Amino acid sequence: MSKYTEDDLREELKTKEYEYGFYTDIESETFPNGLNEDIVRAISQKKEEPEWMTEWRLEAFKVWQDMEEPEWANVKYEKPDFQAISYYSAPSKKPKYNSIDEVDPELLETFNKLGISLDEQKKLAGVAMDVVVDSVSVATTFKETLAEKGIIFMSISEAIKEHPELVKKYIGTVVPQKDNFYAALNSAVFSDGSFCYIPKGVRCPMELSTYFRINQAGTGQFERTLVIADEGSYVSYLEGCTAPSRDENQLHAAVVELIALEDAEIKYSTVQNWFPGNAEGKGGVFNFVTKRGLCEKNAKISWTQVETGSAVTWKYPSCVLKGDNSVGEFYSIAVTNNFQQADTGTKMIHLGKNTKSTIISKGISAGKSQNSYRGLVQISPRAENARNFSQCDSLLMGNECGAHTFPYIEAKNKTAQIEHEATTSKIGEDQIFYCNQRGIDTEKAIALIVNGFSKEVLNKLPMEFAVEAQKLLEISLEGSVG
Amino acid sequence: MELKEKLVSSFMAFENMVDVDSPVHDIRTEAIKHFENEGFPTKRQEAWKYTSLNSILKHDYSVFPKHEDALDFKDVKKYFIHDIDAYKIVFIDGKYSSHLSQTTHDGIDVCLMSAALTKPKYRLVIENYFNKIASKDSLSSLNTAFSAEGAYIHIPKNKLVEKPIQILHFSTGNEAALMLQPRNLVVVGENSHLQIIERHQSLTENPVLTNSVTEIFTNKRAIVDYYKIQNDRETASLIDNTFISQKQESIAKVHTFSFGGKITRNNLNFYQNGERIDSTMKGITIIGNKQHVDHNTLVHHIEPNCESHQDYKGIFGDSATGVFNGKVLVEKEAQKTDAFQANNNILLSDKASINTKPQLEIFADDVKCSHGCTIGQLDESAMFYLRSRGIPEKEARGLLMFAFSNNVLDSVKIPEIKNRITKIIANKLGVNIGFDL
Repeated sequence: MSKYTEDDLREELKTKEYEYGFYTDIESETFPNGLNEDIVRAISQKKEEPEWMTEWRLEAFKVWQDMEEPEWANVKYEKPDFQAISYYSAPSKKPKYNSIDEVDPELLETFNKLGISLDEQKKLAGVAMDVVVDSVSVATTFKETLAEKGIIFMSISEAIKEHPELVKKYIGTVVPQKDNFYAALNSAVFSDGSFCYIPKGVRCPMELSTYFRINQAGTGQFERTLVIADEGSYVSYLEGCTAPSRDENQLHAAVVELIALEDAEIKYSTVQNWFPGNAEGKGGVFNFVTKRGLCEKNAKISWTQVETGSAVTWKYPSCVLKGDNSVGEFYSIAVTNNFQQADTGTKMIHLGKNTKSTIISKGISAGKSQNSYRGLVQISPRAENARNFSQCDSLLMGNECGAHTFPYIEAKNKTAQIEHEATTSKIGEDQIFYCNQRGIDTEKAIALIVNGFSKEVLNKLPMEFAVEAQKLLEISLEGSVG
Repeated sequence: MELKEKLVSSFMAFENMVDVDSPVHDIRTEAIKHFENEGFPTKRQEAWKYTSLNSILKHDYSVFPKHEDALDFKDVKKYFIHDIDAYKIVFIDGKYSSHLSQTTHDGIDVCLMSAALTKPKYRLVIENYFNKIASKDSLSSLNTAFSAEGAYIHIPKNKLVEKPIQILHFSTGNEAALMLQPRNLVVVGENSHLQIIERHQSLTENPVLTNSVTEIFTNKRAIVDYYKIQNDRETASLIDNTFISQKQESIAKVHTFSFGGKITRNNLNFYQNGERIDSTMKGITIIGNKQHVDHNTLVHHIEPNCESHQDYKGIFGDSATGVFNGKVLVEKEAQKTDAFQANNNILLSDKASINTKPQLEIFADDVKCSHGCTIGQLDESAMFYLRSRGIPEKEARGLLMFAFSNNVLDSVKIPEIKNRITKIIANKLGVNIGFDL
């Protein structure tokens, strides 16, 4: 066979078009473009929310008006015009299904194209799907199984109606409305999202999973996710996204809040594959996400992410280690290609005694992309015996891309032990040569090396999700992952 | 009056006082405008996130002292590395002190910036090198605007300068509060070797603020060793801006030993304008009380096949705060770069803190870049080992801390400096290190 080199791979990466680009026309009810107090009220009304929720949104909106878009991230993009976005769009047919047969066939077609048909998903061991197309939850499966255990898993708009006491108590406690520009915007206009509550001592028997899709032209998606693990409970939550191909930039500003009470454990895994723009860097999704988790005593939060999509990513899943002996983990693979820009990382805020955190971040940049790791490890004066280990590795493919590391480390306690290491390299010619010598062709060798490079993180993904992650990695680095 | 206003309004008087006709005039005028627009850096700026100058800017500094004050050599002898033969350029309250100095024009120029800025025979060098690599940030601009005095060192081709050059700045406390802005220019010709030792020393408790700029040019295959000894009183603050532009195959090493001062900020910048360049920056920081030391380094890898090594060790006690902000920038053309950065810190007290940000920005794919950063404590088992062999806790602690910082001293070429630093460290740690190096 002909020799496959890194140049071929680069060429292939460049020419590879977005495979999952398609557009489904579902009759939508869309609000006029622009944002003002009336729109915020209207969204709230539309969702039949109680008064306190409307007030909460308005409060966020007021704060947002005075805020400025952050510019510190290492990304360049044309700023979205917030008055040119429609802030609400919902599939107009909103049936309540109990079985798959009742679902709009057009919607099913969408899932089939994505290769995640509900049928298949239902049969896949233990995965309950809360499918979100655009902003409104339209199908929920396995709800009954979960209900038996007392687990609440529903869209957040339902939760606001059915469990206002829980939502009111926890929403905005980890990511306050005024936290940052995009969090404030999200708090004001969030359309829907998922809500999950695991009662005391319950171990969630299956992986909870939500798929987000952006489907309506010109609608920004403002998801709000709230996961609460009560004392001694365990939950593994999966989130994955694919979006249709489109020319104009789309805005995605989600907020995810995790609350792990005493002895609880939350594992939150993300596979993100929003449309990254075409080979000329046109189009693509802007992904400005605020994700944060709060750990009480002995609790543990683990973030795992595979980032392959979006034109611009701005995302820092964080852990506030408030309780003693709490643990925070962050495992990430970020792949950028063509003109993609990613500025991603984590924050580990150590407040309690004996808190531990681990950060493993792998960045792969190809084409003309820019990939940055930005992280903060903060040890407060009260955090005795805090321990952190960080490792950030970057792999560069081609000489037009960039890899950057911005680790901030702030220690205010003498008992803290912090280690940080970072490396940047390319696939070594000697590594390829070693493989060739042993009869492994160059394509397989590159696959092998990239696989090995990201294995530490891939291993952290739940079994059910690893398949999907592999699939998305393949699209981003076709030919390099076997 | 705010210090900024005072400086801006003093500028005219300053220009009248010194050589208005000089071609440097335009550079100065532009620089003061720049400073006027920017003002002093604040914590809102990313590069100054962890260092606030507020506490030292509130004094009513005398901007250009008028008195020349003589000092007896015996009184200040201890601040020299006096056991080696060296050229000396000594300033007292910003004014050149001829009787303490030993300069030369014999084959090499080791003399004064004031001479270089005014005498026609230096004009070519000044035109080619002065203010060419100093960055345009507000503090460097401020120094440029008031640049009049400092060390001027010009080494032609193929000279091995056998004696190191000591640059010392004394402040006597004649003024209630003094601001100094020394400006140094060092040009080293092809194949030449040079060693420089720099020290700032305040002799009284009166506050001193030094805003120093040093520009160093190393031509092909030149080798420069620069040692900065910062062990000033805790009423003195130092903002040290050093810019080094290297040509191919040159080697530049800067060692920074920070033990004293109230606020010390080291801006150290390397620009590699050639292939196969080696840049080394190392530092030991041992501070206590309410001292603050901030190391801000930049290595700009512009061309291929170059190396850079960074190694900074810090020990922080009491309420001291330390900052390390190291940036390695690798341009697209700088293939086969080998850049290494290490920053290790020990916190001795609960009130001490360290903020570190080792930063890599890489645009080339065939590079080897890595950095490591740790924050920790002394190893309890090592402590136990030493104590079980009859070494008292305090000494054991001192030995371990000395060992921690020791590998930075390995690359110091002048044994007398090594001895001096060892003594300062021992003194700082309050122990007697009973062995010679």
